[in-house]
Amino acid sequence: MIVGLDMMQTIGACLILPALAVLLTLLFGRWPNVREGSTLLVAFALGSMVFSLLGPVLIGARPSLTLWEVIPGVPLAFTVEPLGQIFAMIASLLWIVTTIYSVGYMRGNDEHAQTRFYACFAIAIFSAMGIAYAGNLLTLFLFYELMTISTVPLVAHKGTDEAKRSGRVYLGILMGTSIGLQLVGIIACWILAGSLDFVPGGLLAGKVEGWPVLLLLALFVFGIGKAAVMPFHRWLPAAMVAPTPVSALLHAVAVVKAGVFTVVKVVVYVFGLDLLNGTAGTEWIAAFAGFTILAASFVALRQDNLKRRLAYSTISQLSYVVLAALILAPLSVMGAALHIMAHAFGKITLFFAAGSIYTAAHKTEISQLDGIGWKMPVTMGAFAIGALAMIGVPPTAGFVSKWFMLSGAYEAQAWAAIAVIFASTVLNAAYFLPIVHRAFATKPAPVDPEHDHGEAPTPIVVALAFTALGSLFLFFVPDSFLALAEQLVGGRP
Amino acid sequence: MPSLLSQNLPALQVVLPLVAAPLCLFLRLPRLAWLFALAVSGAAFAVSIALIVLVQQNGAFSYDMGGWAAPWGIEYVIDPLDSVMLCLVTGIATLVLMYAGPSVEAEIPRRQIPVFYVLFLLCLTGLLGMVATGDVFNLFVFLEISSLSTYALVAMGRDPRAQTSAYRYLILGSLGATFYVIGIGLLYMMTGTLNMEDLARRIPEVAETRTISVAIAFLAVGLALKLALFPLHKWLPGAYTHAPSVVTAFLAATATKVAIYVLVRIFFTVLGPIEAFQTLPATVSETQLVGVLAILAMMSGSAVAVFQYNLKRLFAYSSIAQVGYMMLGISMVSVTGMTGGLVHMVNHAMMKGTVFMALGAVILRVGSPDIRRLDGVGYRMPVTMAAFVLAAFSLIGVPGTVGFISKLYLVRGAIEGGHWIMVAAVLASSLLAVIYVWRVLEVAYFRSRPAGAAPVREAPLVMLAPMWVLALANVYFGLETTYTVGLTEAAADYILNYVPGEGPTWEHPLFEDPHGHGDGHGTGHGAGHAPEQDAHAPGVDP
Repeated sequence: MIVGLDMMQTIGACLILPALAVLLTLLFGRWPNVREGSTLLVAFALGSMVFSLLGPVLIGARPSLTLWEVIPGVPLAFTVEPLGQIFAMIASLLWIVTTIYSVGYMRGNDEHAQTRFYACFAIAIFSAMGIAYAGNLLTLFLFYELMTISTVPLVAHKGTDEAKRSGRVYLGILMGTSIGLQLVGIIACWILAGSLDFVPGGLLAGKVEGWPVLLLLALFVFGIGKAAVMPFHRWLPAAMVAPTPVSALLHAVAVVKAGVFTVVKVVVYVFGLDLLNGTAGTEWIAAFAGFTILAASFVALRQDNLKRRLAYSTISQLSYVVLAALILAPLSVMGAALHIMAHAFGKITLFFAAGSIYTAAHKTEISQLDGIGWKMPVTMGAFAIGALAMIGVPPTAGFVSKWFMLSGAYEAQAWAAIAVIFASTVLNAAYFLPIVHRAFATKPAPVDPEHDHGEAPTPIVVALAFTALGSLFLFFVPDSFLALAEQLVGGRP
Repeated sequence: MPSLLSQNLPALQVVLPLVAAPLCLFLRLPRLAWLFALAVSGAAFAVSIALIVLVQQNGAFSYDMGGWAAPWGIEYVIDPLDSVMLCLVTGIATLVLMYAGPSVEAEIPRRQIPVFYVLFLLCLTGLLGMVATGDVFNLFVFLEISSLSTYALVAMGRDPRAQTSAYRYLILGSLGATFYVIGIGLLYMMTGTLNMEDLARRIPEVAETRTISVAIAFLAVGLALKLALFPLHKWLPGAYTHAPSVVTAFLAATATKVAIYVLVRIFFTVLGPIEAFQTLPATVSETQLVGVLAILAMMSGSAVAVFQYNLKRLFAYSSIAQVGYMMLGISMVSVTGMTGGLVHMVNHAMMKGTVFMALGAVILRVGSPDIRRLDGVGYRMPVTMAAFVLAAFSLIGVPGTVGFISKLYLVRGAIEGGHWIMVAAVLASSLLAVIYVWRVLEVAYFRSRPAGAAPVREAPLVMLAPMWVLALANVYFGLETTYTVGLTEAAADYILNYVPGEGPTWEHPLFEDPHGHGDGHGTGHGAGHAPEQDAHAPGVDP
């Protein structure tokens, strides 16, 4: 371990560091350079801590840190397991990139209340780490709700009536589903199993069967509102009113991935694949995810606002993960875990590009993007790579995850799921490729030279180039993620 | 000496503030009266801590006032639940009094300040006495001490409407107290005793009589009035809104809780052997009337709160809903449910204490608790409002706060009992809480300060410190529940499985004919008769 910490202390550090970033941000609020410099420093430290846990997890260690019992039998506990490690690695790595990006974006757009912004951002990352490493449902729920609360100020950041209205929708749906459905599911598990620990093979295995399993599964899949399964998806388009770094890291990575991560985690560690395979009717819940994939894609087709189109694309992509997990084949569950990674890199690139366009050209609608590719070649090049990753074309990471999902579905003979994935691939292409085409192949509308623009500020360009390359890199070298996903389902299927 | 002191702790707990109260009158300087009252309540808090330790070591014990053995003399009984309640009440009183100084000086005319502290300490005495006593009539006396002083305290509010509110509270509160005393009168008529344990022993013999049914009805209605159970809550919003800020914080955190405690004590221990609580809805057979009222309280309280502009009134309605939560847990009549109800009693004291303290600080600096005048107050008074935010999240039941723990146990109790409507009601009511809390936070943090508004300072440190102690308690006890859940679970278990002891072996002078000798005994507090009992050495019974 680095700097002489043992594994328990490293887990502790992974939680303390983002909390420290919150403090430093508030403390140095008056000096923007110190504030952002310290955030960046902490982000790097966090990244190295998280990655130092990768080795032990790959050789089968499951380091854990148990603090104290909150309620009898249910402690505040953290355990590093493969799926959580995937999520933590993505979140911490992309936090570094986003911090660099934010500096360019927030200053380039002269945003107000930047200290509040950075502080809430760091709290959201803190909760993401807590969710990733949570050792039981209670700990997970604690950080899940903290994440909701800390991101509402980011959504309502602008303080306009529209922003506040969006904040209300966001809070209402996320809190409503988590308190109204998920909490009931958690308490039911507590009563049924007497504990809330994540157990390989399933906490509820052998403790309940038949329709109550189905009911519980529904409580979780719909109660985890962050996974945005229809009809609880409206908060995500509403959240697009936030500044772009928020949409990029939180609403393409941390928050939404926390949602699908929780779904996968609950399916694997609370129910267990065997229990769900032995329960009739799970395909009905999977059908909701399948419907969401298609319906959100159709809505995305009709959006002219770039960020809203990306948001509906995210809704659709999140349901890939839910659907893949609910196919209940080990290969498809691997696909779900890998898609968390693949979508993260692809979608953050797309959002970074959208923010880059907004900063440099002040354009938000797709119809305004004629010929912008030649003025902002790096931005739009990265956008093209991100789009390919969303469609799932080699050589991008999106192909890897889709491959696993499809092989899992084939193995489970889930023909409907295969049909949905193919149809949506076509739809993905239909709503992403025209943007790329418009950017590079159409003539730009004439502008007067005073309003002409080039590339966005350097921090922005560096950040989006990095994530785009990451998307390509992970196609060629997905080894560690692949190994983690294999461990999640207990060895290569 | 220490043993003598520790033997008399239960008496000291109540007598200390009682004796100290009038002394405040002699301290003409407001600051002196304040410090004196603070010192007294601090001492009372220390006593309650000592009592908790004693109960933890030796279990429940009783204390005979003036050396007169129960059931003839007045007995004080300190069991696990009592010790928790005493600690809660004195702890809140100490924090509120620490906070009181600047707020009282700003809201109460200078020459009335010593009187204010007299009344405050009397109110504290009453609440402590109600908890500590083991005698139903003595309980009534303390109930009146606390109520009368509360009416006067409410009437001291700056707003002229405080007096109408106090008047309404006086009328309804007196009705409640009268109903209670009628109830215990009827019980006394049938059993010839006022001692709680003795009553519990004798009540099964006469359980089937109509007199006892009537007594139960009077007790239920009287106590429901006192604890503001829907639909008998009409006194509460006005009283909380117009009372001085300090009084609101104290009442919201303690008064209704003690009334609920009394209800639990009367119905589950005194009347426990005949399961009076379960037969309460005698007229609405097969329906848990209390549960239904609790649900209505939760829904209506939260729903009305959503539409309030005055924040004190908003959180007063929220309190009505929270009383509903507590009664809901109690109405489940299961250990989990009762734990939920009781732990929410403790937890809600922390939440509402913080909320009303923060509102008091806002009133002190901004001058008004009206939401329309609080634009951007989150940036004008950041420390105060941060405490408010913590308490507000706790009110919603965000995990990591005490509100979540309450909700966890309430929902668990409801699911275990198969009460699905209760589950839905708890969840729906907390979602309404999201709405009313968010309204406030949005105004406080997402609106800019009105142009031309005078800059305000943060509240003074003596107000911030106790506020933050309570705010952090919301988080601490939300993550570490050994004390709150542990103690209330033990209390719930104790209460639900309560069996009165064997009682004294000697013959009670009135035992032969409980119907014939009602006169004299009830008002005498045991001091008037049976001197021969002196021989039975009183003291601490383990």
